[in-house]
Amino acid sequence: MTLGVTKKEKIDALAENVGVSLAASAWKRLRRSPVFLIGATIIGIFVVLSLLSPWLAPHDPADPMLIKQVVKARNEIPPPQPGHPLGGDLQGRDFLSRMLVGSQQTLIVGVGATLIGLTGGLILGTLAGAIGGWVDSVVMRFVDVMLSLPALLLAFSIAAMFAHPSQFSVILAISIVQIPVFARLLRGSMLAQRASDHVLAATALGVKRGSIVFRHMLPNSLGPVIVQSTLVLATAIIEAAALSFLGLGNPDDRIPEWGQMLGDVQKVFDTHPHLAAYPAICIIIVALGFTLMGETLREALDPKNRR
Amino acid sequence: MSETLVSVEDMKVHFPIKRGVFLDRTVGYVYAVDGVDLEIKRGETYGLVGESGCGKSTLGRAMLRLNEPTNGRMVFDGTDVSSLKGEELRRMRRRMQMVFQDPLSSLDPRQSVESILVEGLRAHDLDKSKEQTGKRLRELLSAVGLPSTALRKYPHEFSGGQRQRIGIARALALEPDLIVADEPVSALDVSVQAQVVNLLQELQDQFGLTFLVIAHDLAVVKHISDRVGVMYLGGLVEEATADDLYAEPLHPYTRALLSAIPVPDPQVEDRRERILLAGDLPSPANPPSGCRFHTRCPWRQASKCDTDRPVLREIKPGHKVACHWAEDIEAGVIKPHEVAPILIEETDTMSPDVPLVGPASVTEALNP
Amino acid sequence: MALLEVRDLTVVFERKGEEPFTAVDGVNFDVEPGQTVGLVGESGCGKSVTSLAIMGLLPKRGARITGSVVYDGTELLKLSDRQMRDRRGRDLGMVFQDPLSSLNPVIPIGLQVTEVLERHRGMPRKEAMVEAKDLLDKVGIPDPNRRLSEYPHQLSGGMRQRALIAIALACRPKLLIADEPTTALDVTIQAQILSLMKELVQDLGTALVMITHDLGVVAGLCDEVNVLYGGKVVEKAMRHELFAKPRHPYTHGLLASIPRLDAPRGEKLTPIKGSVADNIPWEQGCAFAPRCPNALEVCTSVTPAEEDQLGRLLRCHNPVVPGTPAAEEVPV
Repeated sequence: MTLGVTKKEKIDALAENVGVSLAASAWKRLRRSPVFLIGATIIGIFVVLSLLSPWLAPHDPADPMLIKQVVKARNEIPPPQPGHPLGGDLQGRDFLSRMLVGSQQTLIVGVGATLIGLTGGLILGTLAGAIGGWVDSVVMRFVDVMLSLPALLLAFSIAAMFAHPSQFSVILAISIVQIPVFARLLRGSMLAQRASDHVLAATALGVKRGSIVFRHMLPNSLGPVIVQSTLVLATAIIEAAALSFLGLGNPDDRIPEWGQMLGDVQKVFDTHPHLAAYPAICIIIVALGFTLMGETLREALDPKNRR
Repeated sequence: MSETLVSVEDMKVHFPIKRGVFLDRTVGYVYAVDGVDLEIKRGETYGLVGESGCGKSTLGRAMLRLNEPTNGRMVFDGTDVSSLKGEELRRMRRRMQMVFQDPLSSLDPRQSVESILVEGLRAHDLDKSKEQTGKRLRELLSAVGLPSTALRKYPHEFSGGQRQRIGIARALALEPDLIVADEPVSALDVSVQAQVVNLLQELQDQFGLTFLVIAHDLAVVKHISDRVGVMYLGGLVEEATADDLYAEPLHPYTRALLSAIPVPDPQVEDRRERILLAGDLPSPANPPSGCRFHTRCPWRQASKCDTDRPVLREIKPGHKVACHWAEDIEAGVIKPHEVAPILIEETDTMSPDVPLVGPASVTEALNP
Repeated sequence: MALLEVRDLTVVFERKGEEPFTAVDGVNFDVEPGQTVGLVGESGCGKSVTSLAIMGLLPKRGARITGSVVYDGTELLKLSDRQMRDRRGRDLGMVFQDPLSSLNPVIPIGLQVTEVLERHRGMPRKEAMVEAKDLLDKVGIPDPNRRLSEYPHQLSGGMRQRALIAIALACRPKLLIADEPTTALDVTIQAQILSLMKELVQDLGTALVMITHDLGVVAGLCDEVNVLYGGKVVEKAMRHELFAKPRHPYTHGLLASIPRLDAPRGEKLTPIKGSVADNIPWEQGCAFAPRCPNALEVCTSVTPAEEDQLGRLLRCHNPVVPGTPAAEEVPV
């Protein structure tokens, strides 16, 4: 059906005399997808802002410089004013600086939780998918038990086990919840790979078992896992916000984090909705960015769309 | 030429049908291969034909130990391959290679052609020096008729016929004695099939290979094979040289099969008498008693057929058949009669590829 | 007058950001009442797209269809979706390659047959049930009473294809289009289905358009054969003529490249070199030219026209002279 295109690519490839790998052709398709570009732009801005935030933030996010304008009794907080375009928060700290620096912590929570969850999932999924048999049964029943609990509830329980909640306990709680999702996904695609012809072909060649697992089965199973991890990045940020909102987050608010900022202002939400709205909107936009990237990545990696 | 390279003795492959959530309970077996004996001589091409579900692919894989046989032996050049384990088996694989039906799915999409071809060499410590390996790869590509520029490309950049050439080059890389080709041309376009068939024949002449060609297309098998075995429901029903088999098929199933194949010649088609078999292939999980073919056989007799399983016996030099009445049928003493088709229930038998996969979760096991 | 007249049928697939792809390129053929016409070619030659275009089953977006398809005096390409739905099943039956995906998996076979009868022939349910049983019986499904209440997955591949044929023939259409109806089946089952179709076509006087890649199937079944290559009909002749004296190098090459059951062993096959990926666009000459052993210089510069040669249509600058052996070509 797409003779014209394959032909053109073929000529290109002949001219360069170099093959086009799968990853390269997926990238080629991604570059042409406007949805991916939107997602990537959002994430790009988010990452750059969070990395540069210590320099971009006009003030120290922990400095209660506007504390004089806070009147507890009348529930007043510093309004937007020259030098403080978003005003101050309940402790009289510059809100814009807190938003900027908060993006960094949010990124750390999201990436950290996803990476730990991904690693755990990769180990369990590879064990189950590569070895099979009773190892597979044990691992998958364990995963079933974890999946049968509501994700947020599980995250709360884990976070609550720490006597002193911290950034680390939040990351750990969220990442443990993600492990079964990754493990199950990877196991599924590993099993499909194990039954595939090219793995059979490698076995017939006499390639060693370890080589088959790590050179053929695992790399070919990673596509859906990578896609999932971009989606998990989004949910991890939202779950971190939920944990903070319920008071299970990092109590030390000198280093701000969007979810935590959202949680801190819940009592004054009716009078100062903007304190919640800014971090909430930012979380939604970033989560959307990751989701858009994930979805387009899934489409690009799908062999059915390969051209 | 007459030296035996491969001999298969009473090979059986039964796949358990499992049900259950935590403890898998075996509720039955799929008798995919059920007692096959065959010999392949060095340098010959043995063709294995049969319809889907007859167990021909399973037999081919079991011979290479890609499926574990339930019973029986496969002796390869004096070595009992079925008793080998671990590293010994892996070493042995160098001498027995396989060409797959679907050239795209049998090539790892992430590997370049070079890496596909080097992989086998590396697994058997044959890539001593970069120069030598490079030379070997170019030799391989030219042997299968691909340009050496192909090395740096990826499988999806080739056409179906070219991909199958890559698959063949991969099998050749290890200089094997035996190549099992499982439906090597059936996924290809008609005009390209002939290219691959010719290539296989050229390579055989050039490298003195022994082939086991598994196919459902009798015309292809006849063209390429020296001897042909016909399988039905897990067993060999007839074996003869290709010419004998086509000239005088002795088993009723072979007769029906031959008469069913369309010939691209209207004059032949108009003259031909078809032996139409009634009904479908019975399920290999529940094979008929006695002769497996008796439920569909137009020559079925009242005695023996449904009780005794016929053994493969040589009734002419080099021509074996598993039928109680083969001589009488050939002599015309027994005439064909009408057969009423019987109902074949489609059972949820798992295909041989599936048993690896257990349920991913409890819910999946409960709602299959 | 012909039952079906296809004139200059062209289907162009357009996708955003891609070159348009012409799948069917000016195809002409007629089907007389009761006649069996074959469309033969390899994957990508446009045979299936032709059938889908005739049936109005191509997506409205992305596929540009031009030309004309006249069935019994009516221009099908101008009908609305609704009018076309009424035609399908009643006047035009279709049988597909994969019977499992063409049947609805959650509805019993019986209901899928009666549905057609109720909709197009206005039969009451009870009467339709009796008719459905007769139909299943007619297509050779054993124990039809029981099969009526069964679901597609409970039937074997051959039985499913029979059920599909029963549905297609339920309203006694004057034209049946069969798209690779036996490709997914084993040879012995294929023989059953082909003989069934032959019988039904004769008994009911239905015209049949048989789409297949298998020249053997065509040889036994079709009155007239159209050989397609790259979206165009390159040769059209009555079957005896075509197989006895193939004139187009593609037809000739195809026949020479198939191993034949009745040929002596040891003869080498003569493959067609290259693959369809080597085709050149028809505007630049003959699409087959790069693979053609007979190619002349003119073949890569002038598009060959469809010429009538004693009742045979041929699209070639340098056709094969009957009786010459296939040119020996080294496979590339």
